[in-house]
Amino acid sequence: MSALQYAASDTLVLAKRNLARIPRAPDLLISYTVQPVMFVLLFVYVFGGAIELPPQFGDYTDFLMPGIVVQTMAFGGFVTAIGLSEDLRKGLIDRFRSLPIARSAVLAGRTISDIALNLLSIVIMMGVGLLVGFTFEANVLEILAGVGILLLFGYAWSWFFALMGLTASSSESAQAGFIVIFPLTFASSAFVPPDSMPAGLQAFAEANPFSTVTDAIRALWLDLPAHTDVWMSVVWSVGLILVLAPLAASRYRKATHR
Amino acid sequence: MSSDYAVEAEGLVKSYGDVKALAGVDLRAPAGSVLGLLGPNGAGKTTAVRILTTLLPPDSGSARVAGLDVVADATALRSQIGLAGQYAAVDENLTGAENLEMVGRLYHLGKAKSRERARELLERFELDEATDRLARTYSGGMRRRLDLAAALVAAPPVIFLDEPTTGLDPRSRANLLETIEGRVAEGTTVLLTTQTLDEADRLADSISVIDHGKVIAEGTSDELKARVGGERLEVTLTEGSQQEQAIEALVPLAEERPACENGILKLPMRDGAGGIAEAVRRLDQAGAGIEDIALRRPTLDDVFIALTGRAAEHEQREGEEREPAEEVAA
Repeated sequence: MSALQYAASDTLVLAKRNLARIPRAPDLLISYTVQPVMFVLLFVYVFGGAIELPPQFGDYTDFLMPGIVVQTMAFGGFVTAIGLSEDLRKGLIDRFRSLPIARSAVLAGRTISDIALNLLSIVIMMGVGLLVGFTFEANVLEILAGVGILLLFGYAWSWFFALMGLTASSSESAQAGFIVIFPLTFASSAFVPPDSMPAGLQAFAEANPFSTVTDAIRALWLDLPAHTDVWMSVVWSVGLILVLAPLAASRYRKATHR
Repeated sequence: MSSDYAVEAEGLVKSYGDVKALAGVDLRAPAGSVLGLLGPNGAGKTTAVRILTTLLPPDSGSARVAGLDVVADATALRSQIGLAGQYAAVDENLTGAENLEMVGRLYHLGKAKSRERARELLERFELDEATDRLARTYSGGMRRRLDLAAALVAAPPVIFLDEPTTGLDPRSRANLLETIEGRVAEGTTVLLTTQTLDEADRLADSISVIDHGKVIAEGTSDELKARVGGERLEVTLTEGSQQEQAIEALVPLAEERPACENGILKLPMRDGAGGIAEAVRRLDQAGAGIEDIALRRPTLDDVFIALTGRAAEHEQREGEEREPAEEVAA
């Protein structure tokens, strides 16, 4: 095998190891299955009647589903933060680094397993979404393009969580990432139309990448005009990856050189 | 540098800020031998192991393991070494078999071979009952054994064991030491760190004593013991026994004339004097009744007192120099 094939194989072995944990840790399994379902149901039935929608949306379920899936994507990587900080603390990172594996394999294995988990979340959430009345106004290609953008955006946030997990000294502080993501998702077009917000917040929400990605998914799945949202979503995601991945990689080298 | 050595380090220096973890360490272990690194907490043992296993680049100095430079040839070197660190680095959410198979795959042994090695090692480490149980259900001793098994998956020519018996109960400890001896018998070179002279004594062909980032003594365990003063016999006589007669009886076994402190006879034993059995026989012949008799082996503290004039200070904090503890030396 070539070095590249080895790198791919190392990454997959480690990704498989990360995924094996999920069904064995009930709390994690719940956060990828029950929790998204709960959020969909709560938002649809609690907020659904109270939010005034722009006329192009049939009902709140149609408006909500793209936004809530985007939020879930951003949170999907939290298991990477927890996992990396545990692996550091328990000496597993040292073990991996003493093995003849590709340098990139540990972080790549983590973030790639997040993609699989995020895909699981999308399937579960959209299944529930369809049950509570969401309707796709899209062909298969548009649906898949939406899924692709969601996974790419989620992948970018996985690198953010990787950075957190390597910086924070414990699993608890790794979850400090939530302090960043929660305000970002709520101050966006994900759950309510930004024009219902106060002026300053509205300006922030309109510039927020969470709005861009949410509006891109709405455009693709609900047959709405996309403007620049679809390609800007890709630009935001790739941009985040280009900034966060090298930061995480450098943090990884430093964290393991102690 | 000669390639006869499986581990060879020269002038290793590593600092963390103002703290010098290693201040110029030289180490040598011939292929197929066991080198023991003996020293208290914070002496620099773990730092040395981390450098030799490519986890940490040295600030200066150089080291070769299995003929490969730890910095320049780090990638190639990693397939030649196995590491069992201070923490049992096993994935608690994988089974014993999955843990070892994963490590085998990461050594690039291939799927079938990894599975085969995992089965072999689980059996050898008496973990075959627990093969398909998650490692989080394992006891401390079982985790340690699994960790050591992981270091051996690729049957590497050189293995590094950083305080492998810390926290083990005596039975697990004995099992682990036996396993290590088995590996050595098959030609593996082992570098082992430990805080107990006993363990270094049992396993190591040569011992390097490390303190404050420097090797302060090296040699075989006999050589070190000679500097420490070897084993001491302590005898408590039954009431009414003739102390003088007992002392006379023991003189031929002792390095120096036995002394009596608080009713306990203490004497440094001569090498090859026949040990405790010979002492009992002589005391018996002299008509001295024995209340209690024990052979005290030199401890790490004894080594440190002999070499540095102070106790090993196991929990000493940075910057907190303690006075040489007289009560320990007594």
